[in-house]
Parts: sequence; C-alpha cells; structure tokens
Amino acid sequence: MEEKKLITGGEFLVKETSPADVFIPEQLDEEQRMIGETCKDFLNSEVFPVADRIDAQEEGLMRSLIQKTGELGLLGIAIPEEYEGFGQNFITTMYASEVMGSGYSYAVAYSCHTGIGTLPILYYGNEEQRARYIPQLATGEKVGAYCLTEPGAGSDANSGTTKAILSEDGKHYILNGAKMWITNAGFADVFTVFAKIDNDRVLSAFILERDFEGITFNPEEKKMGIKGSSTRQIFFNDVKVPIENMLGKRGEGFRIALNILHMGRIKLGANVIGSAKMAIDQSVGYANERKQFKSLLSQFGAIKHKLAEQVIRTFATECSVYRASQALDDAINYYVANGDDKGRNTMEAFNHFAIEAAAMKVFGSEALDFVVDEGVQIHGGMGFSAEMMIDRGYRDSRINRIFEGTNEINRLLLVDSVLKKGAKGVLPVFELAEEAFREVQGLNGVPAPVAGYFEEKDQYIANFKKVVLMLLKSASDTFQRKLSQEQEVLSNISDCIIQTYAAESVVLRLKKMETMKSEAEIAIYRDMANVFVYDAATRIRKFASDSANSFAEGDLAEKLEKGISYFTSVAGVNVKEARRRIADRLIEENRYCF
Amino acid sequence: MRILVCISNVPDTTTKVKFSTDQKSFDDGGVQWIINPWDELALTRAMELKEDASNPVSNVTVVTVGSASAEPTLRKALAIGADDAIRVDAVSSDAYFVAAQLAAVAGSGDFGIILCGIESSDYNGSSVGGMISEIMGIPSVSAVSGLKLEGEEVVITRDIDGGREELSVPAPFVGVVQKGIAKEPRIAAMRGIMMARKKPLQVVPAADAESYTSYKEFAMPEPKAPCKMVEADNVKELVNLLQNEAKVL
Repeated sequence: MEEKKLITGGEFLVKETSPADVFIPEQLDEEQRMIGETCKDFLNSEVFPVADRIDAQEEGLMRSLIQKTGELGLLGIAIPEEYEGFGQNFITTMYASEVMGSGYSYAVAYSCHTGIGTLPILYYGNEEQRARYIPQLATGEKVGAYCLTEPGAGSDANSGTTKAILSEDGKHYILNGAKMWITNAGFADVFTVFAKIDNDRVLSAFILERDFEGITFNPEEKKMGIKGSSTRQIFFNDVKVPIENMLGKRGEGFRIALNILHMGRIKLGANVIGSAKMAIDQSVGYANERKQFKSLLSQFGAIKHKLAEQVIRTFATECSVYRASQALDDAINYYVANGDDKGRNTMEAFNHFAIEAAAMKVFGSEALDFVVDEGVQIHGGMGFSAEMMIDRGYRDSRINRIFEGTNEINRLLLVDSVLKKGAKGVLPVFELAEEAFREVQGLNGVPAPVAGYFEEKDQYIANFKKVVLMLLKSASDTFQRKLSQEQEVLSNISDCIIQTYAAESVVLRLKKMETMKSEAEIAIYRDMANVFVYDAATRIRKFASDSANSFAEGDLAEKLEKGISYFTSVAGVNVKEARRRIADRLIEENRYCF
Repeated sequence: MRILVCISNVPDTTTKVKFSTDQKSFDDGGVQWIINPWDELALTRAMELKEDASNPVSNVTVVTVGSASAEPTLRKALAIGADDAIRVDAVSSDAYFVAAQLAAVAGSGDFGIILCGIESSDYNGSSVGGMISEIMGIPSVSAVSGLKLEGEEVVITRDIDGGREELSVPAPFVGVVQKGIAKEPRIAAMRGIMMARKKPLQVVPAADAESYTSYKEFAMPEPKAPCKMVEADNVKELVNLLQNEAKVL
C-alpha cells in the first residue's frame, strides 16, 4: 500500500485520493469500539428509557444526563489530559458523535456541549481561561452553550447587533443585546457570546457565566422536533463581563465562529449516521413484522427498494465522513506540530477543510431526512402515530438541514471556498478546467468501456470532476464578480461537488475493504458502489445541465452540453437486483449491518 | 481476599443465530461478542465489594476460556474495573472442559470468592459453576441474588419460592449468581477504557481435561404459528377458536 500523504481541503477535486489516505470504519480499533459501546450502553440504559420524559423537558433531567455523561468521561473525549480529558484523536470523537447521534434530543444537548459549547474556549482561550473552564466542562460539572444567532442575524451572522462597550474603569465590557435559538440555554453555565465592540464592523467573542448580572432568558421555544433539547432566547442587559473574559483577540469573533462552525458541520455529518442507522433498524424491524396480503412488508419489492436506498445513502455518508475525518486528523497533527498554539492550529486545520465540512453537513442531513422520511413511509399509518419511535426520528431530523448554517448557505459557501482556493492558486481549478475543455473538443459519441472494476469507477469519478471544473470555470468567467448573486447556479455546482465527493468516498472505501475482506463479503459493497455511482452520474448530469442551461450560450453551451453528456455517461446497472440483494441482507440481519 | 470472576464470551443478545451448513456448529461470522450478562452482574458486584473500604477485598481477577478473539471481551471487563485478566488459551468445547480450566486457574491463585453467572446466554448450560466447586472440592451456592461480607464471613441471599433465605458460607467457595446480585451492569468509563490496555492480561495454556460431550446437530425452532386477532367483544368467536382450532377447551 502507498505511503500516507497529507491532503489539503478541496484537493479531491483536482487530484486522485489514494485508499491509503482514507479511514474506513472497518479500521476502528478495539479501544475506539469500546468507547462506542460505552456511548451505546449509556443511551440504552440512561437515555432511551426516559425519551418521553426528555421530550417533555422534565426539570433537571437533561442536566443530570449531561452530568452522568461527564462522570463516564464521555464529555472529555477530545479534551487534552491536562484539562481532565482523554486527548483522543478526531476520528474517535467522530465515532462517539456517530453513536451518540442516535440519542434524539439528548444527542443535541451532548453535541452542543462537547462541540460549540466547549471548543471555542479550548481552542481560542488563553491558558487562564482554559484552566478555569475546560476541566469543569470536560467533567460535566458545568454545561456549555454558544450564542451567535440573533433575532435579526441568522445566516448573516456578522450582521449581529449585540454590543460590548468598555466600562469607564476599563475593567469590564458592558454587553447589551439578544441572542436566539440558543441550545442548552435552559441549564448551561458557560456561554460563548459574540458581540461587536464599540463600532467595530466585525465580531469579538466573550465568555459569560450564567450568574453574571443582567442575563435573562425567555421561556423554552416550542419546536417541531428535538423537543427535549433546551432552546431559548437570551437577553443581555448591561451585563458586566470582565475584560479577561474576552475570547481571542478583539475582532477575532467571526473567525472563531466560522471555524467552530466548520467543526460543527462535519460533526453533524457523524451525528446523522447514528440517527440514520437507528431509523433503518426501526424500518427493517417493522417491515419484518408487519404483514399485508399474507406477506411480510419486507418481501415486497417496493419496500426493498426503500430499505436498500436507506442503507446506500447512509453508507455513502459514512464513507465520506470518515474519509474527511482522517484528512482532518492528519491536518490537525501537521498544523499542531508546525505551530506554537495547539488550539489555534487545530482550528486552522478545520478552516482548511471548510469545503468537506460543508459537503458533509449538506449530504448527511439530506441523507438522514431521506432515511427517516422513508422510515415513516415503511411504517405506513403507524409511522404517522406518535407512539412509534420513527415519528420522533422524523421530527428530530429536520433541524439538521437548518442549524450549523442552513444547507443553502453551506452550498454557496462550498463553491465560494473552492473558487477562492482556485483564485489563490491553492487548487489548480482553472488550469484543469481548461484541460477538460480541450479534451471535450476531441470527444465523439460515448466513452469506450473501461476494463477492470476499479479502473471503470476511477474513470467515472475523474469524469465527474471534469464536469465540476468546467462548470466552475465557465460560471466564474460568465458572471465574474456577480457570481455570488447566481445562487441557483452555485447550488447546482455545489450538488455536483457533493455527489462527486460521496461517490469517490464509496469507491475508496471499497478499494480499502478489498484488502481486508473476502470476495464473498465484498460483493454486497460492490452492489452499493454500483448503485450509488450510477445514481450519482444521473444526479450530476441533471444538476450540471440545469446549471449550464441557465447561463451558457453559443459555443460555450455546446461545449458544456457535450462535456456533461460525455463525462456523466456510465454503463447501465441492474439497480433493481442490486438493491434487492442489499435489502435482503438487511432483512436477514434485521438491523443495519454494513 | 481476592475475587475471581469467570467470564463467558457470548454473542450479543440481539445476534441473529445461524448455524454452519452441517448444522453442527454455531456460525460466528459477523457476530459481536459481549460479556455474558450474568457474568457482567457478577463482575459488577465484585467491583462493589472491592470499592467498599470496609471489605477486605484486595483484588478482582477475570478469567475466560477461549481463543485470542475473546480478549476484547476480557479487556472490556478490565475497563469496567477488574484489576487483571487471565485467558486460558483453548476452545471451550463443553461444560466440563471449561469448568476444569476455570478450576485450574481458581486453584492456582489465592481466591476466596469465585463467581460465575447462573448460565451463559449462548448455550444456557447452567452447569459450570457447580462443576468448578466439585473439581476443587469446595462449597458452592447456586442462584445467589445477594452477596455481602461481614468481616471475613460471606453472607449470601437466595430467592426461594415465596421468600428468600440468607446463609453464610466459608471461603473459598463458588457463587453462582443470578439477576439481583447487582442492580445494573456497569458501563465502562473512559478512564477505565484508557487504563484497560495497561492492566495485565495473562495467557495460560489449557490444563489437561476431557470433553465428555459433543454436538451432533443444532436445529432452529419451528416458526411460530400466525397470530389470529379476535375483536374484544367477540367472545363467541374466541371460544370457538379455542375449542375447535386450538383444541385447548
């Protein structure tokens, strides 16, 4: 196997990735699996039995669960040992996030606390701030929350109006303003709050404690899903924040907020895997019990199609998320080893992978929405009953497309990041796009079949990338500075990028699995790759055509049409039989087993 | 006093059971292995006894009979809190063979209390505990649902028909435990997981022992007959079905 290389964010669009550079869940070691088991045991013994009480927001219950999680050490997985944590790598954190992700509202509280509630202080706090807050957050003695969104500043976070003014004695900042949709607000002790100092155009960050005078809370928001998680509006009325509680430097808040969000987005990708696997277990469990027309639901082709597609999309999310996690782990190690500030350098690594983080957030949240939606459908009338757990999963899933930056914002941000890297010469996007255009000139008919399973798949993926590069260049050339206003075009290109990343991740996992499993064991995974890559080609063709047709004219339109048609041509796959085989395995095991 | 907890490495209780094509062995492909639930409760009680400073318990050892693939289960026991582990390097062929191995380990150390679950959730033999005590020539108490130490005296509670009994037993002895011995099995904490890899796990060769039984065939139970639903107010139909179809009236 090839030697492992350091990958940069977005590089997948312009280079081939080696299987040696990706992590697949089959590589989880005994210790990581044991951590996952502990998370699972905790959910089974402490969370699921009280799921209804959690959703009813029973006083003190969520707080006590977070505290119990802390007693088991599960709040400190990513925290360095000097702050009462366990200093585990990013992949381990992601695996724990995956397992905990199936915990409905509790998962939201856990994820908020261990991510955006704790990490801004860990990564941007000075030594004094870290020593003061992190050990208590790592053990669950204190609970963390993150206050960025305001009534008038959601996706446009930097437009917030919360103000911080230095007091006359120079010892405090006086904070005034309001924040909303604050997760864990009902019981959190420590808040990372973003505000503008004086007339600054950019945000700064502050650490506030619940008992600072002048902080008040609205009652709990009434929500469609994640009903058990605490979500409140917070008001700051002349709150005196000691100057030593400023997090990072003045004006650094927006950067902190964005980098923390990059991390939150990729972690959301892990969370949804756990939820999706849970929904699949519930779906197949029901399909294996319910009979209609004297046959189990699981024996009907239409239901098998749904079950298989649930599995394929979850599997593709898993392949993509762990691939990105390995790249991040490697980058974190590299930046930390080559810098003097561990926290900031860790965050720098996340910043470099903004493209992958946004892709995982969008792809994962939409995969989960698909899985729970089909889960309800498989349950039929019972799926619409609040007595079934799939109802909770369906409602709880919806927020994932909204928080951590809406999927719409993430799609735009993703393309913007690629173009910026292209413009800076970090990624040779435009050079390779020109190559692809030159190639199109000499193309005729449809691609010749490629011999060899992986050779064929590699060719398809390489071609998908050419479609993306051609679109990036032509849209950029056509609209130039006004491209940011063409959100439909950008969203289409973004979808092409996301599909390409996921398809390549599935193939990479398969390549790596080939060295670990027998041919018989691998067959079902080949089915998944066959269906997913085939579907990805169709989706990319549609997104790319929609994009090209909306701006290209004349010669450019002709070239794009020819290129899109040629580069998304893939051999036919008997998707019905492939999906049936996948569904049959799931039905036999009666649980997600891939 | 040292406690030895015998651990059986069993398939996760949600495993879909499959047999080899000749129906003579369990097909363990893709199976997730866990600590036998009754053994896990025994381990939990052993940890509670050790952690209570008023008890003279100095050490909790776990032991299993199995191949290297059983080691993750032993390390889970170490993560839960056991001080050290022993793996007898042998395939557990039948109850007597396993009991002989465990007795050899128990006899080689200064163990005052030897605990094992009332049965294993895979083969449900319910015979290893009694055999260990017979081989070692020490007392055993079955169906133990409570165990405490009063100084050097071991006080045991057993659930019996319509009530419970309390008895004392001299150490060393074998306690065959059932549900109730501990409230809930312990969850391995992060600290325990991190420490598990540093704790000793000793591999010992199998002692000479016979296997007296061998499996001839496994068979799956017949599928359950379909369930017939009768409307709650249709007692006549219910009686008809019980009389004429089920023929139980």
